[in-house]
Amino acid sequence: MSEAIPHEAVLQRFPEVEWDEEFGTLIVPSAKATEVAIWLRDDEAFRLDYCSNVTGIDYLDREFKEKVKNEEGKTETIIHKDPARMEVVYHLYSMEKRTGPLVMKQRTTREKPEAQSLTPVWRSCELQEREIYDLFGINFTEHPDQRRILMWDEFEGHPMRKDYVEPFDYEWEPTPHDEILEKHQKGKVIF
Amino acid sequence: MTTPNTSPSVELDDTTRAELERAGVIVSKVDFLYNWARGGSVWPLTFGLACCAIEMIASATSRFDISRFGSEVFRPSPRQADLMIVSGTVTKKMAPQVVRIYNQMPEPKWVIAMGACAISGGPFKQGYNVLKGIDRYIPVDVYLPGCPPRPEAVLQSLNYLQEKIRTQDIKSDPAFTEGRRQYPIPEFTGTDLEPPYNPDVWQPPANPNAPAEEEAEEATA
Amino acid sequence: MTAAAPNYELIQQDGLETSLLEVSMGPHHPSTHGVFRMDVKLDGETVVDLKPVFGYLHRNHEKLAESMSYLASMPFTDRLDYFNSMTNNWAYALAAEQLIEIEIPERAEYLRVIMSELTRLVNHVSLVGFFVNDLGALGTPLLYAFREREKILDLFEQASGARMMCNYFRFGGLRCDVPEGWLERTREVVDRFPKFLDEYEKLLCENEIILSRTQGVGNLSKELAISAGITGPMLRASGVNYDIRKVDRYGIYDRFKFRVPFSEGDVGDCYDRFMVRMLEMRESIEILKQALDGIEDGPIMGNAGKVFKPAKAESYGRVEAPKGELGFYLVADGTTQPYRFRVRPPSFINLTVLRDMCIGQQVADAVIILGSIDIVLGEVDR
Repeated sequence: MSEAIPHEAVLQRFPEVEWDEEFGTLIVPSAKATEVAIWLRDDEAFRLDYCSNVTGIDYLDREFKEKVKNEEGKTETIIHKDPARMEVVYHLYSMEKRTGPLVMKQRTTREKPEAQSLTPVWRSCELQEREIYDLFGINFTEHPDQRRILMWDEFEGHPMRKDYVEPFDYEWEPTPHDEILEKHQKGKVIF
Repeated sequence: MTTPNTSPSVELDDTTRAELERAGVIVSKVDFLYNWARGGSVWPLTFGLACCAIEMIASATSRFDISRFGSEVFRPSPRQADLMIVSGTVTKKMAPQVVRIYNQMPEPKWVIAMGACAISGGPFKQGYNVLKGIDRYIPVDVYLPGCPPRPEAVLQSLNYLQEKIRTQDIKSDPAFTEGRRQYPIPEFTGTDLEPPYNPDVWQPPANPNAPAEEEAEEATA
Repeated sequence: MTAAAPNYELIQQDGLETSLLEVSMGPHHPSTHGVFRMDVKLDGETVVDLKPVFGYLHRNHEKLAESMSYLASMPFTDRLDYFNSMTNNWAYALAAEQLIEIEIPERAEYLRVIMSELTRLVNHVSLVGFFVNDLGALGTPLLYAFREREKILDLFEQASGARMMCNYFRFGGLRCDVPEGWLERTREVVDRFPKFLDEYEKLLCENEIILSRTQGVGNLSKELAISAGITGPMLRASGVNYDIRKVDRYGIYDRFKFRVPFSEGDVGDCYDRFMVRMLEMRESIEILKQALDGIEDGPIMGNAGKVFKPAKAESYGRVEAPKGELGFYLVADGTTQPYRFRVRPPSFINLTVLRDMCIGQQVADAVIILGSIDIVLGEVDR
């Protein structure tokens, strides 16, 4: 694997940028995104000239339960809360130094999803950000050509969102798997 | 040459025909000759949608060689083709174009639905942008299952189609009596295609286990 | 600083003013390699503007994968880039193996390399066939290419049971071992391949028509290629020495000696892209020979279960697929299903520069430029 990139320098240079320990990513506020991106691209120590993967993630309001043994040896259930949010993820590499990846995220709300377009910094974001706009509905400010890309223009809604409901089009059809389907609905079979 | 169909207007039994053939006279119907010629030179449309298209191309290459069955002339223009091999997943975004291309083909025309996706949506059936079978909009003559079907299967489906062509009756077949068949092109709406299927071509299967309509009404009442 | 796609002024020749002609090429067009569409604006024969239109094969791969267990998505990855099911499998296996720590047996690692290099041969040889087909040489080169492709597909079929959709890789190894005598048959195919390449190169590489149609057509500069995230042979044709097999050394690629062909200049044209692929096939053969020498008997599967629950984490696995960098980005949330499943498709991102390369070229050249990018729609639209 190619070398991982130390992130401490970014945090020193930009105090607004946070570091997410859990996933090992930089969280960049949208207002600073372009500035940070240009710096990462042009700084001699980083030279992250290649933005490989751009994608969105949609987090609903969720709770995680974790069982932990406390000092007395009893198991306790701790509930972690995962707030609802949307994220745009950028995987950055350096072709010149052959290092990477450094993962950078922009966070935004689910109600009014907006992020800063990094297409002016890396052209590779152009189509991928259009795709995120199409499938997740995140608005990219300063994107040169923000239109739907995969779905047709009249399409309503953003299908990759976790709460997207497909139009009801159930039709009965003869299938040899009815019993298995029943079991699956009860949670006994995992596909 | 196989024995042609006898029709009521020509009273000729098999022994007489065999005798005539021995004497160098072939007695046949126009239908037979016409269908024989058409079946032997089906021109497919160069029309690839997805994975199956590669196997369709492979069936035209030297190893499998579809030209042994007279169908090597792939035409890029629908106006010159008479067989549409729907090779691959038909998405909702693509479905109107497929119907439009079908409408442009001259009669007589046939359709082979190649691969699981073209038949029913296949592995991608649950997708929000995948059409659950092209037979919802255009009539399909041969269903060719597989994911993807082997090139040999493409050849076999062509054989089936040729058999079907040989049984066509020129006097009564809609391809000859009704002129060019055209089907309405579905339109995009906010979520789906409108109409979701063409009722003249396809109807959803009825559930034999479902309560009859009267019973259902009673239950709700 | 690389700006967004620039605007172009109307090209006027000899003071003649003509109105622009808009042509919609595709989605059903023999040269678009599937259901891709280009809205082209033409001034006479010259391309003034070009808009790619996607989505005609959008099969909701990502959405479907988020509703099933990790392993159940493996057969779906075959159908992304349907020429190269083996490398797709590997990229996905790499990403998932980062989430769960598994030892991969030695024999499986060797077989993975052998399979993916065979895939590279299949892809490049068919691509060259299609590319020359786009140039107008209908038939012969493509038939030659498919003849060789069939030989390798036979090997895939013997190993995995399917010609195209192999579904051969598993997390922690491979689904099944290769049958008896498979390695010898592979060696035969590999040994004969250079002879075919000699013939192919003699036929194509110095062909006058190919030279005049491809040289200087579809220029792509080094800076734009890096900024636009171009990967694979297309990037190396623009003069960047970047091969993920060398950079990441995933699998056991650090054990093999091979060279990475790339263009010397700062600008790559269609001929460079064509030649890089021709040369890459030679290097693939070298890797295959070394791998066939080095492979030993042993188990082919680690100890991974079929259903597993990785802890909360995210991973990005990437391989050098024949078309470029194929990556899988997985977000695990502690259940049996990935919370987010994302494919980083090389041919989709390589299309970013299609407009830049086509502006100012003839309309017939736009077809060749698209052919030289090497797209597969299953991957572009997913």
